[in-house]
Amino acid sequence: MNLNSWGNYPIIKNTVFDYTDDLFNILPLPSIPHGNGRSYGDSALNTNIIHTIKHNCFLSFNKENGVLHCESGVLLSEILEIFVPKGWFLSVTPGTKFITVGGAIASDVHGKNHHIAGSFSNTVVSFRLCLPNGKIVTCSHKNNQDFFKATCGGMGLTGIILDTKIKLQPIKSSSINQITIKTRNLKETFEAFEKYKNYTYSVAWIDCMSKGENIGKCLLMVGEHADDGHLTYKNETKFSIPFNFPSWTLNQFSVKLFNMLYYSTDITQKKISLDSFFYPLDAIRHWNRIYGKNGLTQYQFVLPKEKSYEGLQKILGKIASTGKGSFLAVLKLFGKGNNNYLSFPTEGYTLALDFKIEPNIFNFFDELDQIVLEYGGRFYLAKDCRIPRKIFEQGYPQIETFRAFRKAHQLNDTLQSLQSKRVGI
Amino acid sequence: MSYLLILGAKSDIAKAVAREYAKNGYDIYLAARNIEELLPLSQDINIRYEKEAKRVIFDALDFKSHQAFYDSLDPKPIGVISAIGSLGIQEKAQNDFEKAQKIIETNYVGCLSILNIIANDYEQQKSGFIIGISSVAGDRGRKSNYIYGSAKAAFSAYLSGLRNRLHDANVQVLTVKPGFVNTQMTKGMDLPAKLTAEPEDVARDIYKAQQKGKNVIYTKWMWRYVMMIIKMIPETLFKQWF
Ligand SMILES: Cc1cc2nc3c(=O)[nH]c(=O)nc-3n(C[C@H](O)[C@H](O)[C@H](O)COP(=O)(O)OP(=O)(O)OC[C@H]3O[C@@H](n4cnc5c(N)ncnc54)[C@H](O)[C@@H]3O)c2cc1C
Ligand SMILES: NC(=O)c1ccc[n+]([C@@H]2O[C@H](COP(=O)([O-])OP(=O)(O)OC[C@H]3O[C@@H](n4cnc5c(N)ncnc54)[C@H](OP(=O)(O)O)[C@@H]3O)[C@@H](O)[C@H]2O)c1
Repeated sequence: MNLNSWGNYPIIKNTVFDYTDDLFNILPLPSIPHGNGRSYGDSALNTNIIHTIKHNCFLSFNKENGVLHCESGVLLSEILEIFVPKGWFLSVTPGTKFITVGGAIASDVHGKNHHIAGSFSNTVVSFRLCLPNGKIVTCSHKNNQDFFKATCGGMGLTGIILDTKIKLQPIKSSSINQITIKTRNLKETFEAFEKYKNYTYSVAWIDCMSKGENIGKCLLMVGEHADDGHLTYKNETKFSIPFNFPSWTLNQFSVKLFNMLYYSTDITQKKISLDSFFYPLDAIRHWNRIYGKNGLTQYQFVLPKEKSYEGLQKILGKIASTGKGSFLAVLKLFGKGNNNYLSFPTEGYTLALDFKIEPNIFNFFDELDQIVLEYGGRFYLAKDCRIPRKIFEQGYPQIETFRAFRKAHQLNDTLQSLQSKRVGI
Repeated sequence: MSYLLILGAKSDIAKAVAREYAKNGYDIYLAARNIEELLPLSQDINIRYEKEAKRVIFDALDFKSHQAFYDSLDPKPIGVISAIGSLGIQEKAQNDFEKAQKIIETNYVGCLSILNIIANDYEQQKSGFIIGISSVAGDRGRKSNYIYGSAKAAFSAYLSGLRNRLHDANVQVLTVKPGFVNTQMTKGMDLPAKLTAEPEDVARDIYKAQQKGKNVIYTKWMWRYVMMIIKMIPETLFKQWF
């Protein structure tokens, strides 16, 4: 068995170990934990991998306060299947449900409600972390705080998260009332985000092909949990991409999709299922194959709020003028960040764009990096496969605290990913 | 409340079978030598499917304990599956009789001992089902694992005879022959992806076959044809090739 990540780039031969109690007696080091491989790049890759996915037991559930205790290999999709019908939903969820709870903590993932609910670690009551020396540390916002702050967003570099207690939120319906707002340019897009900021969920799809005064044209989707209706939940898989597509199909696919939606809606309201609202892409299994056999990557950064407008104008302009890659990009306004050493979200606009891996793409990223840095931005490790150390470091003021923590607990030589070696954490 | 008894419940295939049956409305007895590690699974079944999953101690090699073990189960299970097995190490077993004996006793004698007791009860009740996980390795002996294979061959023959005998009593006997499955048993082996099943696939196949009243299944299904061909190869060639 060889494990890859979502972008299928890079690909590295690896030996896979299931997590077991005596693992560290036999495990060749360094190694890195691996959940469901939904990170895009090399966060969960190395020659030795600790696979957690078989540890997927629910351990207890408190019906009074919604606290779920489960092993770290549980997928968010499993939580939805079991708990939505009982009237509970994830308090924070990313754009795919096929990730493990361990992966959600390690990347401190964010969802469409970041501006209201913060990131995944906000919903974590506690977790148990197994260090490479076999010691088990129980961490929470109060206990072993330094371990908590290093591990949430720490990309598997502090130990193996064994199990965790997370807080689910009560829901009355498995539907979302969604409003879609159409804008013509970035200014309108920003205004729309401000206008609808009291909605719990919000995210925008930006058309990256539009140029000039239409730069930043978008469909903003905001939503609230419905109060009425039933509590049913079905995994909605529409179809599966059977093999790697020839890469030219992609352009037509996403351009058509956006235009279809853009020209068929003005401001529309509708009631849709949780899956269609939160996980539209999950309905197409293996959609990464649309990008062809060389793989894909995502370029995601966040700019401080006050500099977001100018910075995004410049970046979107550059992307449109070079006509590279991504046609659809996802834009989101983050609320305040937290104190974890390496958590990505910080107040401002975050943009995420998919690119297929092709010649010269990395040079193009180098150019974009300069703009992001110029405007004081930072990059998201969970999506990354290439960011140079010098660029990465500048976005994270607590990076030295993280490095010192790793050193103090002798984690440097034992837990490493291709990514951690590259960015020097 | 209808219970399925799972023997060798710590096996990866058994765990998947437990979830599959609980999902379909069964309560479960998880029987294993060491039941401590089965606590998470029993809690999981309880939360996920709102079914009981009771842990009970069972050692296939402690033949004398088997009657008392079965007597202690209350309520009695309406079906049983044996997922007990041990591949052993062929080179060691061929040079050390005790090791060979352990392989035979684990894969065959122990299973026979407990299933006899249950079969007698089911025959009297005129109801119940018995599932034995054997192996394609029992279809033809190969140098790399023929001691294990011979025990599985005996187990397959036993299940076939039992099926014959219990037919009139309306008791179903299902023989399951997995090819390669990605479990503890095959950890670290380089298995061909197309021919290798996940434990969850095997569990689904077993549940479906049992519900349909099948007699013998291969899982993945193509193993039936793979083995058909392997069995057809003349011995003169087989001994040179494999
Ligand atoms: C379609 C798609 C949409 C996405 N949308 C979003 C989004 O909206 N918001 C967002 O924040 N992210 C998003 N992501 C990224 C994804 O949520 C993260 O990469 C997440 O960490 C993946 O979890 P995983 O279980 O697949 O872990 P992996 O990808 O296997 O690992 C990710 C990291 O977690 C570590 N890790 C995994 N398990 C453990 C453990 N038990 N203990 C310690 N460390 C562990 C690994 O070492 C690695 O560093 C998206 C990804 C995809 C493919
Ligand atoms: N994996 C394959 O490719 C494959 C192929 C064909 C057939 N099979 C068969 O499938 C079944 C399940 O195996 P698996 O692949 O899931 O491997 P596994 O995880 O190794 O399971 C074997 C189980 O048998 C149990 N066992 C061994 N000796 C025992 C004893 N004396 N008393 C009670 N239990 C005992 C083990 O318990 P402990 O955990 O306590 O040791 C273990 O749980 C076995 O019959 C195996 O032969 C497997």
